[in-house]
Amino acid sequence: MRAWLRHHALSFGQTMRRLAASPFASLLNALVIGIALALPLGGYVLLANLQQFARGLATDGQISVFLAPEASKSDIAEIDRRLRGTPGAARVEFVGREQALAGLKRAPGMAEVMATLRDNPLPDAFVVTLAASEPELSRRLEQEIKGFPRVAHVQADSAWVQRVSGLLRFGRTAVALMATLLSFALVAVTFNTIRLQIMTQRDEIEVSKLIGATNAYIRRPFFYLGAFQGMLGGLAACVIVDLAIVVLNRDLAGLATLYGSDWILQLLGLTDGLAVLAFAAALGWLGTFVSVSKHLYKIEPR
Amino acid sequence: MPANSCLHCSTSLETDIISFSRVYKRYPGGYEALKDVNFTVAPGEMVFITGHSGAGKSTLLKLIAAIERATSGTVLVAGQNVSSIRRPAIPFLRRNLGLIFQDQKLLYDRSAFDNVMLPLVVTGHSWRDAARRARAALDKVGLLDRERAYPIALSGGEQQRLCIARAVVNRPNILIADEPTASLDAEYADAIIAMFRSFNQVGVTVLISTHDDRPIRKLNPRVLTLHHGSLA
Ligand SMILES: Nc1ncnc2c1ncn2[C@@H]1O[C@H](COP(=O)(O)OP(=O)(O)O)[C@@H](O)[C@H]1O
Ligand SMILES: [Mg+2]
Repeated sequence: MRAWLRHHALSFGQTMRRLAASPFASLLNALVIGIALALPLGGYVLLANLQQFARGLATDGQISVFLAPEASKSDIAEIDRRLRGTPGAARVEFVGREQALAGLKRAPGMAEVMATLRDNPLPDAFVVTLAASEPELSRRLEQEIKGFPRVAHVQADSAWVQRVSGLLRFGRTAVALMATLLSFALVAVTFNTIRLQIMTQRDEIEVSKLIGATNAYIRRPFFYLGAFQGMLGGLAACVIVDLAIVVLNRDLAGLATLYGSDWILQLLGLTDGLAVLAFAAALGWLGTFVSVSKHLYKIEPR
Repeated sequence: MPANSCLHCSTSLETDIISFSRVYKRYPGGYEALKDVNFTVAPGEMVFITGHSGAGKSTLLKLIAAIERATSGTVLVAGQNVSSIRRPAIPFLRRNLGLIFQDQKLLYDRSAFDNVMLPLVVTGHSWRDAARRARAALDKVGLLDRERAYPIALSGGEQQRLCIARAVVNRPNILIADEPTASLDAEYADAIIAMFRSFNQVGVTVLISTHDDRPIRKLNPRVLTLHHGSLA
């Protein structure tokens, strides 16, 4: 056990010395990995922020309830009573079909269109204002009200909010694809680093095999090197993304004063940052594994 | 113990530390470097292997350390069948062998002391214990005062002695040296052979290949002579 720990301490020390032996190359590698990771990571952070933003808009705090055409006066009264009795509904406003038509006719360009219609095509409707603009509450009330008799259609989100959520979904897919591709790039960079390292240490590997070093012993420092380089790259990616956010927020602050909003981009959280480091280290480990499997076992003393 | 693999052994396993039986080695390309080689070495013996250049001396020694594999036949080292050894077992075989091969394979990026430390580091000795042993080994080959020197700063003879120190630092049972006196002048060569003799005298089995029989005439030891891959 102590010998095993000693091996690990030794391997780690070796790894650090190797990194320190060529600091420029090591930093450059970390930077390449960092930039490769920063692209999807930046996309992810932007999306997360947009999602937060869209969620604030998604529930404008109102639900439109459209009634079936056959709903009678007493049905309307009954629905009105039930809506008012629903917990979470702060205010209930009836918009009759005549009133709605009048409203449409006032809209520019719509008067002509409306004049061509013989009958009023609009249904009676209620507009329910929610007690709180929470998506959860909005969804729950939508479901509940759908079950009322003579209710034809309930609309919680406006169409553009649905479009935004569709765009967000598209963005998430794009970020996932980019992350997958650039993960391969990270694995490839590590593969190459380790290949070069194995080549420069060819003599040492041969001698080690000749004096009875096991494969596990010989490859250990390479795994440390690959994982550590990946982690440095992950760190670089986090720094790049956070710096970019700080810069963007300066511009946003200017916009915000114009629009009277206080929306700024959130920095990468600690959990997210640690996850990025772990992920990058794991990819480095993987690249090392592939490289070591391909190159290390070919070196045998002659 | 693979008893069935030793049907051809002429002597019993218990007494032999090395045993070749019907060993053939054909290199890729078809060249037959060893043909029907049979011999045994008892523990504590000192054996010289001679023969012209290309006779197969290096090949024979490499078979013992599993650097090359026999094409057919059985190579037993301390009871283990090396001709069919599994790869993960090779490091543990080599820890019982002190190997000194022709291209010395010293590491030029570290001091003499660190070169000798390497086998002990690999086997997980504590640093203090390893340092003590490394100094003892350097002392035995007369290089203690050069422990800080880098191999490049050592003469050919000193580099050879450094190789010997690295080979014996793990206290192996068997010492294998491939032409350790090649390219050394006579005086130096005698000193190296004397060094091997002193290890042999404390019980280490020693196999040395040489193409020059001058040190042998003096010692009158056991000699195996290879001729085009066959033992004479
Ligand atoms: N790796 C190899 N591949 C092909 N032929 C080899 C190889 N190693 C040695 N040989 C051949 O095997 C023969 C014996 O070589 P070797 O054992 O090195 O002889 P020695 O050490 O007695 O000079 C030589 O003819 C040599 O050319
Ligand atoms: Mg030779």
